[in-house]
Amino acid sequence: MTPRQRAARREGVLYLAPALLALGALTVYPGLWVLWLSLQQRVPIFGIERFDGLANYLFLLADPRFWSATRVTLAFTLASVALEVILGVAVALALWGQRLGRRLALGLLLLAWALPTVVTAKMFEWLYHPAAGLVNLLLGGRELNWLGDPALALPGLILADVWRTMPFVALLCYARLLGIPAELYEAAQVDGAGPAAILRLITLPMLRRILLIAALFRTLDALRAFDLMFVLTRGGPAGTTETLTVYAYRSLFQTLQLGFGSAVGVVVFALVMLVAWAYLRAQRREEAAS
Amino acid sequence: MRRPIRDLGVLLLLAGYAVPYFWQVLTSLKPEAELLVLPPVLPSRLTWEHYHVVLEQSLIPRSLVNSLGVACLTTVLALALGLFAAYALARLPVPARGAILLAIVAGSAFPQIATVSPLYLLMRALGLRDTWTALVLANTSFALPLVIWLLAGFIREIPEELEQAAALDGASRLEVFRFVLLPLVAPGVASAALLAFLMSWNEFLFAYTFTATEASRTVPVALALFPGVFEVPWGDIAAASILASLPPILLVAGLQRYLIRGLLAGALRE
Repeated sequence: MTPRQRAARREGVLYLAPALLALGALTVYPGLWVLWLSLQQRVPIFGIERFDGLANYLFLLADPRFWSATRVTLAFTLASVALEVILGVAVALALWGQRLGRRLALGLLLLAWALPTVVTAKMFEWLYHPAAGLVNLLLGGRELNWLGDPALALPGLILADVWRTMPFVALLCYARLLGIPAELYEAAQVDGAGPAAILRLITLPMLRRILLIAALFRTLDALRAFDLMFVLTRGGPAGTTETLTVYAYRSLFQTLQLGFGSAVGVVVFALVMLVAWAYLRAQRREEAAS
Repeated sequence: MRRPIRDLGVLLLLAGYAVPYFWQVLTSLKPEAELLVLPPVLPSRLTWEHYHVVLEQSLIPRSLVNSLGVACLTTVLALALGLFAAYALARLPVPARGAILLAIVAGSAFPQIATVSPLYLLMRALGLRDTWTALVLANTSFALPLVIWLLAGFIREIPEELEQAAALDGASRLEVFRFVLLPLVAPGVASAALLAFLMSWNEFLFAYTFTATEASRTVPVALALFPGVFEVPWGDIAAASILASLPPILLVAGLQRYLIRGLLAGALRE
């Protein structure tokens, strides 16, 4: 290594250091600390603070509320992401080739995405109002109690989440569509392919990669989601919308069991990392194959 | 189908998609007495009464100031730290670059619910509960990885020749960075800043946990805790949510190009 290279390297480390220190203190350190917390019984108001091994995790294994929250989290994630991907592709296809008011169209689409989640939650709470809600009016004047009925609360929550995040998927697909070379379509038309065949044989395969990325991002976000269910349904009615994040929060800051709540948080952590890892593996395998 | 008609149809559909928001706007302008009667859909008259209540008798104005301060400071801090880090990752021979990039991506995937309990203990130990500082630091934990990731990509897109020429002319590295690279990467900085600001403005979990009073409560928290005396004040809540959503909406409308560029870059670059 020449002295110049060594100097450049030193400078690089110097420029990186503040950011890495900040990230170390604000993410890595809490990330490790939470693992340690999850192995403790820690209830500050009673002055309890002791190491307890895997007791919190063993308790979770037999905890019906934990399994219910896990089911809700997975159902919420699967349904939200599936609907977002399907709707997102449909909207991207509709936007594709739009000339008139494209800026306005994208603005209307991104509006839902840009709103603070708490605003969206308050908005849907009002839309779902049994007597004065727009949703019931549009359904022909029914008096469905969306957020109070255990059978309707989770679908209502999923709908609000899809509304909020579908624009992200649509935007990514739309950008990808703009990047498909026109020659591909011309060639297909020359070969006599109809619109349906073109969609199936060219457009959708071209969207495959970006859809996988969008689905990954959305899955991670849905597993971590907290604001929407905490404000819109507060986990209710009867725990039918209580996700792992809400359960963790309540354990941490409402019943003040810092150790136990941290263990539930670690489970969310593990789920997120598992999904990210599976995605990276699949991607690597695909790259190796091609 | 004729082009303009199809285009118009798509615009109408998207306007329909935004109806939940328009409904909230309309609700915020409806007289109190007409709120719980539906139909009619349209009110007999429009009124600012809910905005008066929110602006004069609630904690929303103060929380808007808190949100603005926290989001601006978070953005500035993340940019100040992130620009140098991104420059080093993109241009300098730093050791273990791949591992550092991977750690930054992994860091941005950390669920807040997992880090909230240690951060809470940390803020309490540092005596930072109920301060802007606590929120700025906590929000930096997710804004900084995003900013580094975006900016490192944007810098790498810029050809290196100009910087090399300036260096040959005797400019120091900081001068090259300041006078050659920074002007070129400015649109990318705008995208990163915009996303950092929006994420911080919208953040709820940390703000809900680390704040206790109006001294630091941000607007999502104030909205979630909006008080009702006997019944839910739907009109006031609607007015408060419109106020809380104004900055993001103005930014999306005015800086759409930068927002889209940032969103795409975040997702497409690996």
